[in-house]
Amino acid sequence: MRENRLFCFDWVRRNWSGVLEPALGQHVVLTLIAVGIGFAIAMTLALAAYRLSWLERPIGVGSAILYTIPSLALFQILVPFFGLTLTTAEVALVSYTLLILFRNILTGLREVPTEVRDTARGMGMTRRQSLWRVELPLALPAIMAGLRIATVTVISLGTVAAFVSGQGLGRPIFDAIGENVFKTELIAAGGLAIMLAIVTDVLLVGLQRLLTPWARAR
Amino acid sequence: MNDFVEAFKFIGRNGVNQPGDPTLVHLTLKHLEVSGAAMAVACLIALPIGVWLGHLHRGSFVAINIANIGRALPELAVIAIGVAFIGLGFWNVLVALVILAVPPMLTTAYVAVAGVDPDVVDAARGMGMRERDILRSVELPLALPIAFAGIRIAAVFVVATATITSLAGYSGTLGDIIANQASYRLPGVLGAAICVAALALTVDAAFALLQRRLTPRGLRLEERRLPQAGLAMPVAE
Repeated sequence: MRENRLFCFDWVRRNWSGVLEPALGQHVVLTLIAVGIGFAIAMTLALAAYRLSWLERPIGVGSAILYTIPSLALFQILVPFFGLTLTTAEVALVSYTLLILFRNILTGLREVPTEVRDTARGMGMTRRQSLWRVELPLALPAIMAGLRIATVTVISLGTVAAFVSGQGLGRPIFDAIGENVFKTELIAAGGLAIMLAIVTDVLLVGLQRLLTPWARAR
Repeated sequence: MNDFVEAFKFIGRNGVNQPGDPTLVHLTLKHLEVSGAAMAVACLIALPIGVWLGHLHRGSFVAINIANIGRALPELAVIAIGVAFIGLGFWNVLVALVILAVPPMLTTAYVAVAGVDPDVVDAARGMGMRERDILRSVELPLALPIAFAGIRIAAVFVVATATITSLAGYSGTLGDIIANQASYRLPGVLGAAICVAALALTVDAAFALLQRRLTPRGLRLEERRLPQAGLAMPVAE
């Protein structure tokens, strides 16, 4: 049996390209797909609810229920439908982004001052032009804030997803627990997951600042 | 679909207390026990700090950003690192759950108290109320609904995360069945997953009800504007 010290740098160096790097790459892809699809769905739902306000409640309640279901339970409940695959992981992860993105996009749009909207219409813009050129850009800070929370949430829950898909940074964590609690791998993979989440969060804050220079002045 | 029929049969068979076997009832109670313990410790840490900072209107940068940092901590990673340092068992699980529950509660408590209308606080001060009384009879009642939303978010989060601890080898939550497909087969795993989902939704609903009860009557008219169902601070910037 190998020595189980708290942390062994040598192991990390030897297994970086074989174990940790692929897991990190898979985790990034997993997150990008989930956030991309989630954003597309949430944006559609939010735009629909922005037009037809009676839609807000059913969509809000539905996505809140999905959000409340514990990740491990949702992953397992989806297994009979999609098997032990990446699809199962992605469907569950997408469903966790919906509430956050939907609510932030809708709130952002609703908070556009009425005068601004009226001005856009008064200048002769159509509803669509006003939406794309005035309302959505003004809602950008709230949308970006939602994107940031959703992305970090997906990175977090993505580790648990390895239980059904066998991919991502959860994989080495589960392997390490299976191998007599191999501490080095636990700390390395856990640390990588935490670092990935924090770095992504910081990058998204930067992107948010870049995209909405006017918000900084406040 | 047949899997789900079998899953509900599993729930029916294991819903009653049998001697020896860890039944669903037994595991649900254990699940609530560890979640409750973690929530109690987290409340004792987060609420006094959040409320006090909010009352002083100080440390907003720390109080608000701690939730962002907390949100960026993957649950499984926290548990895994905890296993490496403390080892498997109740204490590791408790520490991990507390670390994850404190940030949302601290931030909402801060936001709730700091967000009380300053005119109301000034009026109370002008009437000659002492700082302690302002906190107790003015700020706390007005802040309670929002602060409670943070407790609710944390409670749902803790119940969900307690499930995951089984994957790290801790035994004593409903996750035990989910993590052990070899013994319980798919119907058992599904049955337990359905129970966990139901448990989380019930906890959320119970806290929602409690939140409404605790809201001072004068504030209930404004209820629509309060944060609703389990979401860590919508539109945070």
